[in-house]
Amino acid sequence: MLLTRRAEFSASHSCYNYALSEQQNRDLYGEYPGSHGHGHNYVVEVTLEGEPDAVTGMVVDLKLLKEVIQREVVDPMDHRHLNYEVQPFSTVVPTAENVAKEIWTRLEPHLRFDNAKLHSVRLYETEDQYVDFTGGR
Amino acid sequence: MRLTRVYRFCASHRLHAPELSEAENAEMYGKCNNPYGHGHDYVLHVSVSGEPDAGTGRIVNPALLDRYVQERVLRIFDHRDMNQDVPDFEGVPTTENLAYDVARRLRANWEGTFGRAAALDRVFVQETPRNTFELRMRG
Repeated sequence: MLLTRRAEFSASHSCYNYALSEQQNRDLYGEYPGSHGHGHNYVVEVTLEGEPDAVTGMVVDLKLLKEVIQREVVDPMDHRHLNYEVQPFSTVVPTAENVAKEIWTRLEPHLRFDNAKLHSVRLYETEDQYVDFTGGR
Repeated sequence: MRLTRVYRFCASHRLHAPELSEAENAEMYGKCNNPYGHGHDYVLHVSVSGEPDAGTGRIVNPALLDRYVQERVLRIFDHRDMNQDVPDFEGVPTTENLAYDVARRLRANWEGTFGRAAALDRVFVQETPRNTFELRMRG
């Protein structure tokens, strides 16, 4: 069974990559040199896979899941500039792909249960663009 | 990892199978068989799977994907009648067949445009908020 909890955070980011030419940056990210970036209302959906506990009838305590997402993802990223204030994005370009991977990396160690584990992270950068990450390659 | 971008187009269709009688069509398709057709605001999700490039951090260049979908799909369907204006549409324009048709158009020059690292993974079409159709290309 899959169980999903949703959370939101608002953050800014800039996807300028100095290893690429100005034209490549404009084409790939729509960013200009020296840009301080722009922001999104990110929505993250965290999905766990497991079986309901025989006694509690729950795959995972949703209160605990909410607290883990809040502590590991929302608190450090909400109302922050990802490039300037959230690691590893001082050196890793904070594309939706890389932010989804980072969210997985932060959550996964805290979501290992006897009957359940992290299944996927879906990150909406906008309503019209989202990324699904299921760990590994 | 999979990246999805969402597109919209407005199109009309009439569900009518030439192999069936008038009565059978009316029975099978109901209102969707009304003679002059009707339209929907379709929502199309195109998913691409692969690994983010180490340099760019992207699976696919979204601007390139947008141009490709615009040229291959949206230009063909937006503000068109699928029965009359899309002559190479295969079959009755149900949204099942629309999903297959969109996938066929997207596959046509996919590797030539995006290479092998970024694979077309999924086509998801919402006909109305109550009717959605999903085609998985990989696994």
